[in-house]
Order: sequence, then C-alpha cells, then structure tokens
Amino acid sequence: MPEPSPAPHGFPGRLLVFEGLDGSGKSTQAALLGKWLQARGYRVFFTEWNSSELVSKTIRRGKKKNLLTATTFSLLHATDFADRFERRILPPLRAGYLVVSDRYAYTAFARDAARGCAPEWVRSIYAFAPQPDRVFYFRVPVQVTLKRKIASRQKINYYEAGMDLGLSDDLYESYERFQTRLKQEYERLAETDRFTIVDSTRSVEEIQSEIRENLRPMLEHFPTGERLVHDR
Amino acid sequence: MTDRTYGTRLPGMPTEPLSGKLVVIEGADGSGRSTEVALLKSWLEVEGHAVVDTGLRRSDLVSAEIDRAKQGHTFGGTTMALLYAVDFADQLENKIVPALSAGSTVLADRYIYTLMARAIARGASREWARELYGFALRPDLVVFLDARPEILLHRAIAKYGSLDYWESGMDLYLSKDFFESFFLYQERLSREFEWMAREYGFRRIDANRVPEQVHADVQRHVAPLYGARAPPIPSVQAPGRPPVSRGRRKAASA
Repeated sequence: MPEPSPAPHGFPGRLLVFEGLDGSGKSTQAALLGKWLQARGYRVFFTEWNSSELVSKTIRRGKKKNLLTATTFSLLHATDFADRFERRILPPLRAGYLVVSDRYAYTAFARDAARGCAPEWVRSIYAFAPQPDRVFYFRVPVQVTLKRKIASRQKINYYEAGMDLGLSDDLYESYERFQTRLKQEYERLAETDRFTIVDSTRSVEEIQSEIRENLRPMLEHFPTGERLVHDR
Repeated sequence: MTDRTYGTRLPGMPTEPLSGKLVVIEGADGSGRSTEVALLKSWLEVEGHAVVDTGLRRSDLVSAEIDRAKQGHTFGGTTMALLYAVDFADQLENKIVPALSAGSTVLADRYIYTLMARAIARGASREWARELYGFALRPDLVVFLDARPEILLHRAIAKYGSLDYWESGMDLYLSKDFFESFFLYQERLSREFEWMAREYGFRRIDANRVPEQVHADVQRHVAPLYGARAPPIPSVQAPGRPPVSRGRRKAASA
C-alpha cells in the first residue's frame, strides 16, 4: 500500500482547519465532515476553539475591574489555545488521527490584528502551532452573518461585537464594523496562508460536497481506523 | 526616558516618553533579591524618589489561575509560559507604565528574564521567548544577583528548611531526588541567565557575599541613573549588629 505523502508538520495525522466569521457556517460544516470521515472508517478527532473556563472566567473578572487590554486579551487567548493545542490537538495528530479543528490560530491572527496588536508579534507567539494540512475559509458577507444571528436568536456578546474598541455605542452597529475588520483580516490571511476558499452563501449540501471532494486526494492513501473521538 | 520596548509596541501605550526609571533586580531564589529590593527601595525613598515596587505573579487578572495550575500541574510548558506572560502584561500595562508615566521609579523584583529562563528550561526556544516578551519595556538598569548554586542551596535550607518543588525544577523530571534536581535545574537556569546577561546588558553583582556588600555595589550602579555620584561604601561592620549570620558566612566561604 502506498504511504501517504508527508505533511509539513511531520506528524502522521492530518490537521483540517475550519475558519471564518461567526455565523459563516463553518461549525455546521466541520461537524458534517467529521460524521462523514467517521463513516468512512477514519480515525477522527474533532475539536473546537471556543472560550474555555480559564478564558471566560478571567475575561469576566477583567471586565468587571476594567483590567483587560488588547494585549492581555490576546495573550489570554493564546494561553487557552496553547492548552488546547498541547492537550487536544498535538496528541491525536501524533497518534495519526484526522484532526478536524473548528477555528485555529488564524482566528487569533484576525481578531488580534483587528484589535490593533502587531501582527508579527501575534504570529511569533503562535509559532508553536504548525501549519495545517488544509484551511477551509468560509467566505460570507458580514450582513449575512448578522441576519443568521438574528434569525437564530443568538445573543451578540460584548467582545464579539468589539464593543471594547469603542467603534459605536450601538451593539449591532459595532458588531458590523468589527466583523468587517475581521473579514478584512481573514481575506488577507486567505492569500498569505493559502486558505481554501469556500463560498458560504450556498446551501449546506453544496458546500459539504465541495469540501469532501477537495479532501478526496489527501485521504486516498490515508489509513483507516475505527473510532471517532469527540473532544469534550 | 524608558519609552522603548524590545521590539513590539503595544496598542494603547502612551506615546510620550515615560519619565520614571525602571530598575530590575534579577536573581535566583536565595540570591538575596528580596533583601536587596527592600534596601534599595528604602534608600531611594530616603533620597527623595517615589518608588513603586512590583514583582512576578502579582496581577489580579490571572494569579489565581497560576496558583491553581501549579497546584494541579495541569498545564503544559507552552501554556504555562503564556499564562505567566498574561500576568506580566497585565502588570506592565496596569502598574509599571502608569507609575513610570507619573515619574516614579519602578523597582521590579524579577522581570521578563526569569520568566524567559523558566520557559526555556522547560523546552521553549530562546527565539520564541524573546519574541513573546518583545512588548516589554527595556529597563534603565538590570542588576543580576549572581550566586553559586551551593550558596542558593544553603540559603534555601536555612530559610525554609527544605527545597521548593518549583525552584528545584521537579516538574521537569530531571531527577527524582530534590537535591540533585535542584542543581541540574539551577544549572539550566544559569545557562540562560549567562546568555541573557550578554544579550540584555545585565550588571552582574557577586551575590555570594553579605547583603551590605551587595547593596553597596547595587547603589553604585543605581546612583548614576539619577545623575548622582555613587554613595560612599557603607561600613560592612555596622555597629551593634552582627553583619553576617553564621550559616551565611560558612556558605559564603564554602
């Protein structure tokens, strides 16, 4: 049986990353891909980078005392990511799993740059995180994400709206402006880091089948296992 | 005058030059750091300078998390290094910079260098550590209290009656034996301090001696920051008080 070609990170597993704005549909797609990979018999590890207890508790405290700055905010998320990386991503990657990650370091690159941190500095902090084998970027207009949020009755949180930046006193307006900044950063990253761009204004089915098609060549020689491990 | 960082400007930092002085005292546990910080603070205040002292792990933001992490040994090396960086950044922005802006002298009982040495001893690269702390302010003076590991060992035993888990680097599994681990770990740290002393221009002070002698040397380095001449060397044999404890003299001559 031919060996799969080596990945840049040098580990036997593969790292598949889903990136994009909140409400871009990436989480839905990541979950569907996980199901499919599992059904095809691959060893899959699914992980998502949302605020952990460490971050959310500290952020709550920092907000109350008005202590958080762009820098501590950035470093705090880096700490959280490092914990996830050291514990949840690196071991399965080394163990030969297909690691599906809903958000990765790029989320931090985009968010921190939008908050005014020096991009080279942010990158250097995340130097421990290897380049993924594929980054799917879910491109969508900011207006669409806002509509989806409102339609699904999700609350917009303070930091997601970039309210700390003082862009606007109105939550929705601030959200739109901040997300527009984020999108600009994502678009920049899409070029420099060669993201696979997914037009996320289409139907869930269309998008999913495009992603599966895209991964077929990579998976062709990838060994199958038996278990799906879900990050809890 | 301390308006320069090691490379990365933080968003929201004041653009005008900071008028206060940033003085850093670095050295291992048992190098006499806290004693020297206390002596220096009191001397500077007598001289008429406002002094704000600061140290590691004193921020309100994450010190509780750090304590918890140390208790449970729950984090990997990179995560721990970053958690310390959050703590440092918080102190820098909320305490050090405002104090310097107000013209105070900030006396730092350890600074990024200890954090870097610890991170590197736990597997981080020098380059990563240097980049991570690129946002730190360049101090006006870094005093490095350099003491031999045997001296540090004697002082730790004299003070606490035992060796500390973290200061012995027991989390690195260098040895199951505290005594041996302590030496191996201090050796690693000292290798990093050697490198940083050159890289960052530390003023190295022989800390194998009694506090009075160390303090006199430190004063000679600090005084010029204020345009003052170095004070005369105080008498080591202060009247009415034994200058050296028995244990220390023994250690110092060992």
